[in-house]
Amino acid sequence: MARRPVPRRAKLAVAGIAALGIATLGITTGASGESLIDSHEISGSVTVENRWFPKTAANAEQKDFGVNLIAAPELYLESADGTSLTLEGFYRYDSSDSVRSHADLRKAYLLLVGQIEDQEWELRLGVDRVFWGVAESRHLVDIVNQTDLVENPSEEVKLGQPMAHLTLSGEWGAAELFALPYHRPRTFPGRHGRLRSAFVVDNDRVMYESGAEEWHFDVAARYSHSVGLFDVGLSVFDGTSREPNLQPAFPLCALDPGACVLVPLYEQIRQYGLDAQMTYEAWLLKLEAIRRMGARNALGEEEDYTAFVAGGEYTFYAVFDTDIDLGLLAEWNRDSRQMRAPNIFQNDIFAAVRLAFNDFASTDLLVGILEDVDTRSRSFNAQFNRRLSDSLTLNVEATFFHNIAADDAAYATRRDNFVNIGLTYSF
Amino acid sequence: MEKVITQKHRGRRSLTLLTLFAACMICLAAGPPAVAQDPSPEARGLEIALEARKRGEGFGNLVSQLTMVLRTAKGQESTRQMRLKTFEVANAGDKTLFVFDQPRDVSGTAFLVHSHRDKPDDLWIFLPALNRVKRISSSNQSGSFMGSEFAYEDITTQEIEKFTHKYLRDEPCGDLTCTVSERTPRGEDSGYSRQLVWHDKKEYRPWRVEYYDRRNELLKTLTVADYELHLNRYWYAGKQTMVNHLTGKSTVLKASDVQLKADLNERDFTRTGLRRAR
Repeated sequence: MARRPVPRRAKLAVAGIAALGIATLGITTGASGESLIDSHEISGSVTVENRWFPKTAANAEQKDFGVNLIAAPELYLESADGTSLTLEGFYRYDSSDSVRSHADLRKAYLLLVGQIEDQEWELRLGVDRVFWGVAESRHLVDIVNQTDLVENPSEEVKLGQPMAHLTLSGEWGAAELFALPYHRPRTFPGRHGRLRSAFVVDNDRVMYESGAEEWHFDVAARYSHSVGLFDVGLSVFDGTSREPNLQPAFPLCALDPGACVLVPLYEQIRQYGLDAQMTYEAWLLKLEAIRRMGARNALGEEEDYTAFVAGGEYTFYAVFDTDIDLGLLAEWNRDSRQMRAPNIFQNDIFAAVRLAFNDFASTDLLVGILEDVDTRSRSFNAQFNRRLSDSLTLNVEATFFHNIAADDAAYATRRDNFVNIGLTYSF
Repeated sequence: MEKVITQKHRGRRSLTLLTLFAACMICLAAGPPAVAQDPSPEARGLEIALEARKRGEGFGNLVSQLTMVLRTAKGQESTRQMRLKTFEVANAGDKTLFVFDQPRDVSGTAFLVHSHRDKPDDLWIFLPALNRVKRISSSNQSGSFMGSEFAYEDITTQEIEKFTHKYLRDEPCGDLTCTVSERTPRGEDSGYSRQLVWHDKKEYRPWRVEYYDRRNELLKTLTVADYELHLNRYWYAGKQTMVNHLTGKSTVLKASDVQLKADLNERDFTRTGLRRAR
């Protein structure tokens, strides 16, 4: 087992990829000096956010209020033959947690498309974000990209991942192959941040099971197809886990409990995944399931496991004689490790109501509850979005924890109810 | 024609024997025109719809820039901009791609529609924030398209097989003479009980559509204007105005930079193609 700090290397790698992107741009510009770029587009968004935690924190050093500034610029270049280059950056400044202030290269890839007889091929080279799955309460099969956890505890935001991504598709469906040469560690909140574990996770000390450390060559493949009412995906991933096992740094704990930290350990795993959706009239029926080998459970022991999320969504259109669509969602999360699962989804029911107002402002509201069947711990989440003008949108998110049991994985965040209000300017 | 209707029967479980019988009567009547000296209103209605479709066929594929101006009864305005790409599939439903440019917060969001003549359409949405392709229900046919007065069923390809048709009368429309036909949706997903369509007798272009809601009250009127002739054969409307009589709201849909027989590839109209739509 290799163990050493990874200080600025990740950032160097990102810079390297950016340089590669710019080099590619140079190539695209052509040797003749004449521009081969047929079209370009600059777009993006700037957001001002306030995140407020109404309850005093479990630890005195954690802050109650954070002012945030987010910038997400994007550049798109396309040559006459359809080859394109996409660059998307991300930066967040958070006044309450310096660790949450972070930059990321979300996308920096060259896209090539072509055809061999009836088959289409597509190659993406560089940094990209890939999404697999169908469920709403949890993205279980989605494994290619690392979670940018400091962004949102929902685990929905992802970091950019260096990759070569080849897709072949035809009447028979789509087959995708991923070569993933570099691992990015998960971002965890810092000492002053909320929504963290009782002990701080040291983002600069990362351990890998593989001797190749973050340079272990990971591979993944996915086959997907859409037939009639069904959209189905089968996937496999072999390589460095995106979900770390958090290990206490014991020597430090013994000397000074205040300096005690958790060190993330990334193991070598294999995961088989299935995602399926049936779309019938106003029903969406969904299933995601995984079988993962090689990961440690909450007790620190290696345990192979199966997990699934199954459920669906039903929409009542134009309710109460208005334009409002009302959606009802329900999903069940299950993990064969039960209380040995290192996450909160060992046996949890998710239920939610979605309102789409279908108005000028595209107003929508999602209110959900996630209840742990074993511990009766509950969390409530509400998300509200509304457009204020052609370029300004308002986003409000609130999460409340209720009755979090001491043996629940979310216990450390029991006092971290929050309200997040954001104003986004898109250009 | 017979084949299409036969397929339709297989695809629809809710059809009663009686409707099956009626549908077959239409297809027989629409067969050899020599049989009927004075065709029934149903046969004439179907004939008009088929002729209108025939004249629009063979455009290969189409690229167009669409601007939608949404207006409330009080005169408040909001603008949507999108690009439309349509890929024509011979003797089957077309494939359509919408990519949004305005408002900026939904820029990059794209819809992919695979229309079918014999079953509900397949519909996917691409959400750029998560890089997620999501299959969504197409049963919300009567739902508003981007907050406009156009419903999904008004925007996507109106396959003839999804209606029963009936010719009503001829009447002048502007400088032209129009046929007025009634079309009744066969599916239960439609928000309309019936529609009245005005086609001019010369070019079979639709000029006006009246939409009646499920209570059979006049809900919306569509007026079509600024037809332009493309490739010396195809008429394409430059402006469509939809007025909602119940709410007083209206939407003007303008098409520009229209290009027929555009150089599009069917591979862009797949789930993987949707991921790179922009």
